[in-house]
Amino acid sequence: MLSASDLAKPQIIEVLDLAHEMSDVNEREIKKLPTLRGKTVVNLFFEDSTRTRISFELAAKRLSADVINFAAKGSSVSKGESLKDTAQTLEAMGADAIVLRHGSSGSAYRLAHSGWVQSAVINAGDGSHEHPTQALLDAMTIRQALVTNPIGSDLSGKKVLIVGDISHSRVARSNLILLKALGATVATCGPATLVPRSLEPSGGIFYSLDKAIDEFAPDAVLMLRIQSERMEASFFPTEREYSRVWGMNSERLSRLGDSAIVLHPGPMNRGLEIDAASADSPKSKILDQVQNGVAVRMAVLFHLLAGDKGEKS
Amino acid sequence: MSRRTVLSSDDIRRAITRISHEVLEQNRGVDNLLLLGIPTRGIQLATRIAQVIKEHSSTDVSVGSLDVTMYRDDLSDQPTRVVGITNIPTSGVSGKAVVLVDDVLFSGRTIRAALDALNDHGRPAAVRLAVLVDRGHRQLPIRADYVGKNLPTALTERISVKLEEVDGVDEVVIED
Repeated sequence: MLSASDLAKPQIIEVLDLAHEMSDVNEREIKKLPTLRGKTVVNLFFEDSTRTRISFELAAKRLSADVINFAAKGSSVSKGESLKDTAQTLEAMGADAIVLRHGSSGSAYRLAHSGWVQSAVINAGDGSHEHPTQALLDAMTIRQALVTNPIGSDLSGKKVLIVGDISHSRVARSNLILLKALGATVATCGPATLVPRSLEPSGGIFYSLDKAIDEFAPDAVLMLRIQSERMEASFFPTEREYSRVWGMNSERLSRLGDSAIVLHPGPMNRGLEIDAASADSPKSKILDQVQNGVAVRMAVLFHLLAGDKGEKS
Repeated sequence: MSRRTVLSSDDIRRAITRISHEVLEQNRGVDNLLLLGIPTRGIQLATRIAQVIKEHSSTDVSVGSLDVTMYRDDLSDQPTRVVGITNIPTSGVSGKAVVLVDDVLFSGRTIRAALDALNDHGRPAAVRLAVLVDRGHRQLPIRADYVGKNLPTALTERISVKLEEVDGVDEVVIED
């Protein structure tokens, strides 16, 4: 599970349907399934993360797998150990799956295809490249909110607007691939310095959020975080100007359709890309996303570890 | 490959009617009764049993489904299975007389998984088992309380239950 493009449409729908089933497990009294008993999942996190790591950890634990959390800070990585050696060491200790979050794009692909390890590799975000499980949970949240009979359905006819720093966003990249595969029309919006033309979204490119809301009339708006850690240059003049032109606020929220929803992958910079009133409004599905995150990751772990496929993906 | 029909649509209807009456008799009515079908065809069988019970006692019986895929003991020997739907009525299973409904009883491993799954949903007052066909070859100490038809088979034979709702026809066939 390295990229959103690894999955064809029927597989995506299968994963989303399974995730839908899994979310029932998260609501019952005994939130545990014995399915992955005896398997070991390593969360190999070279970058900081709250929700992705905890979400993967919970997902693995709900399926009865053993989880080892590895954070680069405070480990031998700070003594100069390489990704290869770290991963091989963890596999020698018996890991069946490695969930990798790394600051360099392509690191998950490298780990899976270099022959360094035999375990399944799940990309939990590599640099500004991809974050496939985030795209899956976004798709699940959109499908749940906008499609009447979500089971077995795709997102054809739905319009999704992705707003913010598209260039540096792995979330945007994975979502563009996955939502397109599910039949949704996707448009991007943001400062011209941060919206690459090369991605050619099917719904077009907008340089003003007001214009995008009026002309594109999206069913779902995905706000991206302004990632200060990936900003090496000034792509927009000031934070106040960004929030004025591209930020979600209650006035823009009210111009969206009645059933339209707002998503944010988190963590939010309240007051920058989204104001508090919109983040807490009923149209905001941000907490649903977190809930679905656990379910989607359970579905992905089940598909990778439960069967005897003997394949790496 | 030979193929013979062992139960016709009339046979299936009669078997379901008899099972329904046995369930009613043993449970002394429909109080506390919960029918749980095991996907896929157990669900339709459970629904049909509920219909017959309703015709005779004019009361609705709760029906649900219980998927056991995540509880199977053979997951790692086979390609990834598709997980079915679990739908337990909101009143839960605790204190209920649960009747598990499946199409074919064979090794007993599905039912073992179902008992484990049920355990995670609550504590039923009693659990009983209804199957349309019992083909023998048990690998675990499990037996059915209500059996539509006992069909002694060879291990090489394949039994397939076809139901109108899923396959467009009601029949049970043996292939080998």
